Amino acid sequence: MTSTAMPTAGQHGLVAHSDGAFVPVQTRSERFRSVNVEDFAPVSGREHEWKLSPVAAFADLTGGELDGSRLTIETTDVPGISFSYIPRDDARVGTAGTPEERASANAWSTFEEALLVSVTGEDEKIAVVTRTALGDTPRAAHTVIEAAPNSRGFVVLAGTGAARLSENVEILVGAGASLTVVSLQEWDDEAVHLSSQFARLGRDSFLKHIVVSLGGKVVRVNPSTHLAEQGADIEALGLYFADAGQHLEQQVYVHHDAPHTKSRVTYKGALQGAGARTVWIGDVLIGNAAVGTDSYEQNRNLVLTEGTRADSVPNLEIETGDIEGAGHASATGRFDDEQLFYLMARGIREDEARRLVVRGFLTDIVQKIGSADLEARLTAAIEAELEGR
Amino acid sequence: MSVLEIKNLHVNVETEQGTREILRGVDLVINEGEIHAIMGPNGSGKSTLAYTIAGHPKYQVVEGEILLDGENVLEMSVDERARAGVFLAMQYPVEIPGVTVTNFLRTAKTAIDGEAPAIRGWIKDVRESMSNLKMDSAFAERNVNEGFSGGEKKRNEILQLELLKPKFAVLDETDSGLDVDALKIVSEGVNRAHANTGLGVLLITHYTRILRYIKPDFVHVFVAGRIAEQGGAELADRLEEEGYDRYQVAESAAEAVPAE
Ligand SMILES: Nc1ncnc2c1ncn2[C@@H]1O[C@H](COP(=O)(O)OP(=O)(O)O)[C@@H](O)[C@H]1O
Ligand SMILES: [Mg+2]
Repeated sequence: MTSTAMPTAGQHGLVAHSDGAFVPVQTRSERFRSVNVEDFAPVSGREHEWKLSPVAAFADLTGGELDGSRLTIETTDVPGISFSYIPRDDARVGTAGTPEERASANAWSTFEEALLVSVTGEDEKIAVVTRTALGDTPRAAHTVIEAAPNSRGFVVLAGTGAARLSENVEILVGAGASLTVVSLQEWDDEAVHLSSQFARLGRDSFLKHIVVSLGGKVVRVNPSTHLAEQGADIEALGLYFADAGQHLEQQVYVHHDAPHTKSRVTYKGALQGAGARTVWIGDVLIGNAAVGTDSYEQNRNLVLTEGTRADSVPNLEIETGDIEGAGHASATGRFDDEQLFYLMARGIREDEARRLVVRGFLTDIVQKIGSADLEARLTAAIEAELEGR
Repeated sequence: MSVLEIKNLHVNVETEQGTREILRGVDLVINEGEIHAIMGPNGSGKSTLAYTIAGHPKYQVVEGEILLDGENVLEMSVDERARAGVFLAMQYPVEIPGVTVTNFLRTAKTAIDGEAPAIRGWIKDVRESMSNLKMDSAFAERNVNEGFSGGEKKRNEILQLELLKPKFAVLDETDSGLDVDALKIVSEGVNRAHANTGLGVLLITHYTRILRYIKPDFVHVFVAGRIAEQGGAELADRLEEEGYDRYQVAESAAEAVPAE
């Protein structure tokens, strides 16, 4: 499905015609895609997929040369989840999706081998892959997470330390499998991380996909999920906490492309400090094959201080009338002073009352993660964010 | 002997139409162990009085004083007032998503006492108070007021009253919206706290119904931002029969005078 067409700046999104009229955004599934970086025009920042991102902060990742060699990783050893490297021409590469923008294509054009995380067996197990201290060399990476039919597993892709990383992650969920993938960004203050994640869900499979972005100067994780076969079910969760000067972005796309598929998208974020910036774009496309679809997406942002900006843009496109339900919600609210008053009227000091409210706001995402260890770790990390550490 | 004194209290609130004067000179002294009922029609300023005592930032005190054992309450922040021993059971308790009742109670108790309560005794106290208030133990793990019915919210307020053991409690229409069973349960909770800790109570209500279960020492009729009449429990019986009309007519007549 590689295209050689050169897209122009105005190919996607709202385009002004000479007569001043506008044509609507094209169907999400028909966006231009290519694994070849040369097929994308240099990034100007005006493109619809970049217009809310600080593109100047990572021109090296969209336009420069990347180091495509293996990343240094640490992995936990657990029976039923194995790690290996596969060549670029492995049949699995490219089956979950292909790049829709230049940073993703740049990584795809450059990676030398893909890390394969292979999940087999029906017992529950958890493995953690940590990418740490990647330095300041601009890098490309490619990861394929494959869950065999009827397998179960929980995979954490974590990032800490310095990084300038553009990567693609493919998630292949076999028929009847149940997989959790957590993308956990706890990078250093100066790190830039651009991640396009593509999931393809087989028949009656379930994927819980969780994006947690806490650390990094610019972190942009864009998960797209293709509910390709009947009965596929995605729960997409996100949690982010932007401090002063941080840009945390997620463009979430769910494509219902088969009957009786289900999606739940819930992203929650908090913003604190001058220049804290978050972007959430949620596209849901219910294709004409997707009869009996059940879909709901929501994004909520809690604004803790002045000088922050949260963009929240839900889009729902429906091509069949025969669905069970589809809805979306988006809200960005200031801290609720009545909640604060209630807690303080019980003797709780203001700073602690604030912490309680924020922790409470984010906690329903944390509680849905499904790993006590990780939940405890994230609760502590949120605590640290609140204290400005 | 603790005492809460309110002297010549004038309170304004900023509205879209400009500044509104709501309390217009309230005088009230509540001694430890006394129960004062404040009764008045809707809109007379009862909640304003309650919120002002608790320190809600929306209400501006333009004149007068509130003293707790001689200390200036108006200079204290909301949490300082609570730690000094003032409790407000709210007319409309707020939902706190993601914060469980258990967590909330423990945090509040720790803040009020200045140290965490001993775990075993505390768990026992919470259980006992919940069972006294006929609250299912599952409540403890629910988020504060989230999805609670009106009656459940009010019980949750009284649960806090019993566990936090303040010196003075302002109960803002705790009886409103309760059925008879819930009203009895909630009243018993207030009476227990009163008997156990010598609590002073400012019981704000619109109806005389709750006064069958909680016996006031004093009744104050509150109209148009001030106390129009005061007396003993018998005043409540008269209000039951006559309603507030008499006072409101008098009030509008009084207001009409300067205009002439
Ligand atoms: N926060 C507020 N903003 C605007 N008006 C208010 C506010 N609080 C109270 N008021 C007004 O003040 C008056 C008294 O209200 P309130 O104290 O709630 O009375 P009560 O509790 O006796 O029913 C009412 O007219 C009400 O509309
Ligand atoms: Mg009221």
